Amino acid sequence: MFEINHVSARYNMLTSFVNAVDDVNFNIEKNEIFGIAGESGCGKSTLLKVMYDLVDYPLEISSGSVRLYNGNSETNYIETGKLKECWWKDISYISQGAMNVMNPITKVENQFFDTVRRGYHKKMTKKQIREKVAAYMKELELSPDVLKAYPHQLSGGMRQRVLIALATFLNPRIILADEPTTALDVVVQKDILTMLMSVQKRMKNSMVIVSHDMGVHYQVTNRIGIMYAGQMIEIGPTDEIFSHPKHPYTQMLISALPKVGDNSQKEGIPGTPPNLKSPPIGCRFAPRCKYAADECRKIRPQMVPVGDKHFAACLLLEHAKGGNE
Amino acid sequence: MENNILEINQLSRVFRIGGMIMGNKIKAVDNVSIRMPSDKSWIMSIVGESGSGKTTLAKMILGLLDISAGNIIIDGNNVKYYRKHKKEFYKIVQPILQNPFTTFSMKRTVDSYLYETALNLGIAKNKEEAKAVITETLKSVGLIYNQVKDKYPNQFSGGELQRISIARALITKPKIIVADEPVAMIDASLRMNIVNIFKNLKDEYNVNFVYITHDLSTAYYVSDYIVTMYKGSMIEFGNAKEVLKNPGHPYTELLLESIPKIGAKWSSEDRLHMEDAENKVINGTGCKFAKRCPYAKEVCFQISPYMVQLNDCHKTLCIKPNNYKVD
Repeated sequence: MFEINHVSARYNMLTSFVNAVDDVNFNIEKNEIFGIAGESGCGKSTLLKVMYDLVDYPLEISSGSVRLYNGNSETNYIETGKLKECWWKDISYISQGAMNVMNPITKVENQFFDTVRRGYHKKMTKKQIREKVAAYMKELELSPDVLKAYPHQLSGGMRQRVLIALATFLNPRIILADEPTTALDVVVQKDILTMLMSVQKRMKNSMVIVSHDMGVHYQVTNRIGIMYAGQMIEIGPTDEIFSHPKHPYTQMLISALPKVGDNSQKEGIPGTPPNLKSPPIGCRFAPRCKYAADECRKIRPQMVPVGDKHFAACLLLEHAKGGNE
Repeated sequence: MENNILEINQLSRVFRIGGMIMGNKIKAVDNVSIRMPSDKSWIMSIVGESGSGKTTLAKMILGLLDISAGNIIIDGNNVKYYRKHKKEFYKIVQPILQNPFTTFSMKRTVDSYLYETALNLGIAKNKEEAKAVITETLKSVGLIYNQVKDKYPNQFSGGELQRISIARALITKPKIIVADEPVAMIDASLRMNIVNIFKNLKDEYNVNFVYITHDLSTAYYVSDYIVTMYKGSMIEFGNAKEVLKNPGHPYTELLLESIPKIGAKWSSEDRLHMEDAENKVINGTGCKFAKRCPYAKEVCFQISPYMVQLNDCHKTLCIKPNNYKVD
């Protein structure tokens, strides 16, 4: 339904390029929540910007494109460059800091007018829109009083809820959320995530959630893609990834997470992620990988199937596939 | 009395918000008492949501904020005494800050901070001695002196900088290190490396840690004691493993339930807490948590709760400790 075709994106630093996203290729199905996980600087937010067609200097797409298909047709699609025309209606975006998104000098309900009037209900009067919005807020179990408030009068969690309402109001086919709960407390975070899940369940649209918190992915998503240093290194169903991670990075990342009630000694991953101005030629994780062989540093691994709908990019897995197993 | 390295007695801090007449008072820290022994090194986590007073408490321990009421006694002396004896104070207490990128100035080399700490606080008499001390402390956090020498902060990753700031704090061989969200800015894959350093330092150098965090999972992993704060009050104190396995206060339980755990999915019937968490103006009687507490009874709104000792080192600020679920 939503196709990311070998996308590479980079930041133009005048004298050099930072290749933040490198040849990422995957699909998002109908009616699923897809998670993008990775550490800071791995390119997950950049990828999301490319997906939303929010490409501005210094960011540029060096190759590939994003396609949003209409229905089941294979020829009828909206591509990178034209996605902006269907913002809010077909594709919407929930950003990290809800405070920065809303206009601070106008009431929350006025923020809805811009969205609604973006060509879809031009003939509706303000009163009609107001009624529709109030009804929708009720549906989401939000108090209608919120509409009369200014953004700064709302708490961080409430603003994020309003933003979710705003993003889902026109029933878009795909919703992109960039770290929707990072700045919030755990208790509020749980509420927001539960709300996102229930909205998705009702509307049956697709959702992409970017988060660095593996716990959030476990709770919310159906499928995850793990990114490392600009590349997608593993994609698979969430339960599968957590129970049988295949890529060494995913394995180490998951085993490094502390848990309440778990007394075992945990180790972090040694070393640091590579500089994206001059990334390693071979596998980008090789310098930190305890299984790395010589060829890992020379050949770039390709995505290979390692299970049902489960892919990973690691040379060791490629050999296991072609060899005796 | 002498066995307590850190003693916090009925500590309060009030902030005024707004003008003289219309203004509001906020009790950022409200009557907190903690006693930590000196016979065995410990890591004490302070957990709670934003606005619960964790950082205010830490700043008062570090002597960076005035105290409204109560007192703090560190290693036998009041913090007010240390005001005039700063050198002595910083040999005992050292901070580690949240954001390693703002800890160091971009215009100075990182090792200049290390030398400054060593020379100014009288740990070393000259540069040679200082270098020996610095090399040793860097080693204890897993770095080599030559990696750090003459480099600027932008040449390091966040994890490395955080290690250097731990090394800097260690130079004075402090008894207490106050770490305010030290791993919040660090990636998950490197977070455990930093947290493990704390564990090692506790065991090898007998450093005590006040570890402030909102992340209960690392708190469980690293700490010996845990303090839960809610709207300025300490609502639970006790052995970390015990508190998190068997919380004595409904708020601690709520926090635990809300962590996005791996291995157990949230059920769709879980209770929601739409009640605004950031209602900051606090006054009146009754339990501060009562409005959000699913087990709250009539009494909870009328009587202010008091500390109840559950066992040797587990106390909670709840009228119905441990059996709050029962009517």
